[in-house]
Amino acid sequence: MSRKEETEEERRDENDELVDRLLSGDQRALARTISKIENRSPGYRDLVSRLHEHTGNADVIGLTGAPGSGKSTLVDKMAERYREQGETVGVIAIDPSSPFTGGAVLGDRIRMASNVGDMEVFFRSMSARGTLGGLSTATTDAVRALDAFGKDRIIIETVGAGQNEVDIVRTADTVAVLVPPGSGDAIQTLKAGILEIADVFAVNKADRDGADRTVKELREMVGELSMPPAAGSGHHGHHGADETGLFSDSDDRNEDDDEDDEDWTPPVVETVAKTGEGVDGFMQEVDEHRTWLAESGELEEQARERYAAEIRTLLRQDTAALIHEEIEARGGIDEYAERVLRKETDPYAVVAELMKPVEDCVRKERQERDD
Amino acid sequence: MSTENTETEERTVRCMIAKVGLDGHDRGARVVARAFRDAGFEVIYSGLHKAPDEIVQAAVQEDVDVLGISILSGAHNTLVPKVIAGLEEYGAKEDTLVLVGGVIPEEDREDLKDEGVAAIFGPGTPIEETIEFVRENAPER
Repeated sequence: MSRKEETEEERRDENDELVDRLLSGDQRALARTISKIENRSPGYRDLVSRLHEHTGNADVIGLTGAPGSGKSTLVDKMAERYREQGETVGVIAIDPSSPFTGGAVLGDRIRMASNVGDMEVFFRSMSARGTLGGLSTATTDAVRALDAFGKDRIIIETVGAGQNEVDIVRTADTVAVLVPPGSGDAIQTLKAGILEIADVFAVNKADRDGADRTVKELREMVGELSMPPAAGSGHHGHHGADETGLFSDSDDRNEDDDEDDEDWTPPVVETVAKTGEGVDGFMQEVDEHRTWLAESGELEEQARERYAAEIRTLLRQDTAALIHEEIEARGGIDEYAERVLRKETDPYAVVAELMKPVEDCVRKERQERDD
Repeated sequence: MSTENTETEERTVRCMIAKVGLDGHDRGARVVARAFRDAGFEVIYSGLHKAPDEIVQAAVQEDVDVLGISILSGAHNTLVPKVIAGLEEYGAKEDTLVLVGGVIPEEDREDLKDEGVAAIFGPGTPIEETIEFVRENAPER
């Protein structure tokens, strides 16, 4: 709607240039592309469309957990290690915005101490603005931009609170959930949605009291969730609740890795992100999950499902917008509500009336296509 | 939210509040950060003791419209030009509004402005004045 003076063609040329610069490694172009995505600037869809063919090379890791569970610190350590391995890193940190003013203070960047001045780590803060289902779309698109730019690893970090956050981390290939120790209650709340999407659990701040118990509780919960009761046959099931030593579990258990087409049982690892203890073990699990995804064919399956969900979301948004446009053209929804209130009509009849032109048009087109 | 024709752009002013150099006083920076948030801006706070490189990295990657540098150490004459040179290196100088807050002697102000600082807000500046300035001068992109 805004900036009418800019023609479609000019916008296309601008996008051409921006995409070229992004693909050739221009930091500023990547940053600007993400801004356009976040702002839903005119032409951003065309921009994302062009990036799509250049994606598919990055490992995408979603990291979520309660406030204060140490997500940012862990992300920092992960980025540091990926860099040591010579890999490039993109981070998207999502903070909830203040609901009253729309403003937000985005503070996750402060913890990125290990990667300062290293442009190969691209860190971007995003607020939860545009929460009406748009945030997971914006996140997906921002990940695309980072992927097309050539980042090897992309980490999405968000506070795990509600459905919105679940939707966000689901855009990742591998989802890691951070749980602070001694949080019996926190585990209870995890049950609601987050637990089911976790591929790896990390009990962070494992040097604190109650870590052992939290690990045990999580393993029990994972055991209840994971499908076959055939004990110990799972990929990771055997190093369950009996091992309590810090970090002892990631060493000697690769021997059964050749057992393919097993389901994935989320491992529970202990970390102290602040000191870096256990971070290697955690990252090994993340990598193993990635390997499992690739070998089991689940990676493609997941991607297919994600694209299907994305198409559905966009369709819902666009059809809703089209209908909204039609309602406005007919004088707004209040008028219809008023008539329903006066019993002159009813909601079903209103919807039938509004949908009729859409249905007619779609069916006519289909008829013509089929003929 | 909709097809692109009906889609409305959601533009929010993005700011970074940065503390550069060996200066541990960030009360002022935090107050400004909070006031900016309440004004509806998105604010990225850098944390303390940042090197000019780090500020540049953050400002470029976060694609901020406004970079507010808070300096109370007296090292503004060396630090601010470094930040601005860094922005220029990444092609970000032109469309980033650079503000300086803190104790800046009168005789240094012209030089900083020549370097590319848009405005300097000393102690006692009403926060509304700063917010107003940002609203009016945040770059159109």
